[in-house]
Amino acid sequence: MKHIQFSGRALPMRGDDIDTDRIIPARFLKEITFEKMGEYLFYDARFNDDHSPKNHLLNDPIYKGSSFLIVGQNFGCGSSREHAPQAIKRYGFDVIIGESFAEIFAGNCKSLGVPAVTLPRADIETLWAEIEANPQLMLHLNLETKQLIADDSVFEIDIVESRRVAFLEGTWDSLGLLKQNKDLVQKKAQELPYLHFGAK
Amino acid sequence: MSSNTLFDHVWDLHKVTTLPTGQDQLFIGLHLIHEVTSPQAFAALNEKKQPMAFPDRTFATIDHIIPTLSQQRPFTDSQAETMTEALEKNVKQHKVRFFDTSTAKQGIVHVIGPELGLTQPGMTIACGDSHTSTHGAFGSLGFGIGTTEVSHVLETQTLALNRLKVRRINFNGALSKGIYAKDVILKIIQVLGVKGGIGFAYEFGGDVFNAMTMDERMTVCNMSIEGGARIGYVNPDETTFKYLENREFAPQGQAFENAKTFWRSIASKPDAIYDDTVTLHTDDLSPMVTWGITPGQSIGITDTFPSIERFAPSEQALVKEAYEYMKWKPNSTVMGTPVNVVFIGSCTNSRLSDLREAANILKNKKVNSNTKTIVVPGSQRIKQEAEAEGLDKIFTEAGAEWRGAGCSMCLAMNPDKLIGDQVCASTSNRNFIGRQGSSTGRTLLMSPAMAAAAAVKGQLTDVRDWL
Repeated sequence: MKHIQFSGRALPMRGDDIDTDRIIPARFLKEITFEKMGEYLFYDARFNDDHSPKNHLLNDPIYKGSSFLIVGQNFGCGSSREHAPQAIKRYGFDVIIGESFAEIFAGNCKSLGVPAVTLPRADIETLWAEIEANPQLMLHLNLETKQLIADDSVFEIDIVESRRVAFLEGTWDSLGLLKQNKDLVQKKAQELPYLHFGAK
Repeated sequence: MSSNTLFDHVWDLHKVTTLPTGQDQLFIGLHLIHEVTSPQAFAALNEKKQPMAFPDRTFATIDHIIPTLSQQRPFTDSQAETMTEALEKNVKQHKVRFFDTSTAKQGIVHVIGPELGLTQPGMTIACGDSHTSTHGAFGSLGFGIGTTEVSHVLETQTLALNRLKVRRINFNGALSKGIYAKDVILKIIQVLGVKGGIGFAYEFGGDVFNAMTMDERMTVCNMSIEGGARIGYVNPDETTFKYLENREFAPQGQAFENAKTFWRSIASKPDAIYDDTVTLHTDDLSPMVTWGITPGQSIGITDTFPSIERFAPSEQALVKEAYEYMKWKPNSTVMGTPVNVVFIGSCTNSRLSDLREAANILKNKKVNSNTKTIVVPGSQRIKQEAEAEGLDKIFTEAGAEWRGAGCSMCLAMNPDKLIGDQVCASTSNRNFIGRQGSSTGRTLLMSPAMAAAAAVKGQLTDVRDWL
């Protein structure tokens, strides 16, 4: 499946260095499937210890149904847990737009078919303000043209080129590509010195 | 673009091909797995009835969810038991070697890899855990991966990756008494920032790293990821080789000599070119403590909590958020901050040398009555070695708890957790909001000796006064 264009309303999540423990606290990782991860997204930020809701944008009905998440810098720092982007995706977000992303997190997003694209800080601030003023604002992302359109504004987004190609060609889960080179992989295993130290 | 660095040598050696997306397909020489990030990957494989490509290059252990008080099966926590059973079933079905508690080789995955000699220079090493950067201490490229990528390794022994840039970090001078590897990496992250390493592999070198033991190098490489760098490494040298000699999975005899030739060949060359170089000196280094909610928010023990105005305007919102969460006042002294819990352990600081440093402080002293202290060895083997030296006695006589091997209170996926807004002096790697199991818990990262001194005093104190 190719992932080229996305449209939807957005949730403006202010803040920098939002880590994977905040996105999904570790105690929710004790399940052997990803099925329920969407329910746990930002759990401790959204709920009190007695499970009553806190004042949090994800609990605000006005942002219900948003499919774009707009974040600050170094979003997804910390652990390699794929549970974090799984939670974001299963909650209903298809696209994350931020100033910057942690390396492993961005790669995990790609594996799940969720583009994590970047914009300069000033554009992120503009988007946050515009969405806060008008939560119904529709965003349109086109990975082919690398443009994000919101009303009359056009933003030039950035994304690692290999990831963009993978979305455009529908190869964001690399498995299919990796499996095509079985013979080369076997050859590589023969060449690697340390796999043969023990051999006579 | 970098050239002739260890990163370039090892990357090129493992490159299978360039994929149509432009990413490189890299062979993974060593794959380590644990109970948390592997079940979904095995499920994907089993659903398709696919075999593993190279089952003898994957090794498993159990660390995140294992309780450290009693490790008797079945575990009291049914979720922990289910996860363990899933791992047991998967390793059995696919014939993966599994170091469970009955083997006396179980432990934190980043502790046992090196300890068993599985981790060797020149390898690519992947694991579904961000602290896989630890293995870079041996001159390998170790990095954390997500669960989908774990499934890729299971099925193909390869990954699709983007080449990183290489930043050389020289740390010159010498570590004086009371200053440790933990302080070195906290300083590096303080200077370069928590996102400074995004897109980079860090190559650590200079006087300080040349003089370091393997345990110390592991502490630094472990926390590369906290500075945003997915990979951190030190070039292999005689210290590396000496550590590996006679380890169970290391080459033996003549094979070891052959291996050394290979290991030397992959090190960065004198004409290596780096994308960036940073040089630091120990002159500016004192025992470090984090005060905020990211590992970059740290300060010397003799300093005061930084004033908000000291930060760039773009950082001030985060600094205010940190102060609100931590409940400190800017400009007040760091020393004397009361500590409720002390945690000595984690893949950063649970090795024998770390436990010795802590024991050196705790010997013939008592842990403060207001401070709960737990000491958690990184592996069953370290536990045995520590007990053979009598370290366990020093800890228990001081009033600290001596536990079984596991990740414990680093991330609270097991019964070891903070309660309410307790302040924890912790030798782990992350001081994120809620990291240690309480959504209001407060974590201060520091070296094992600093944590041990805080345990005795019941508050933050300068360990240099205790040596």
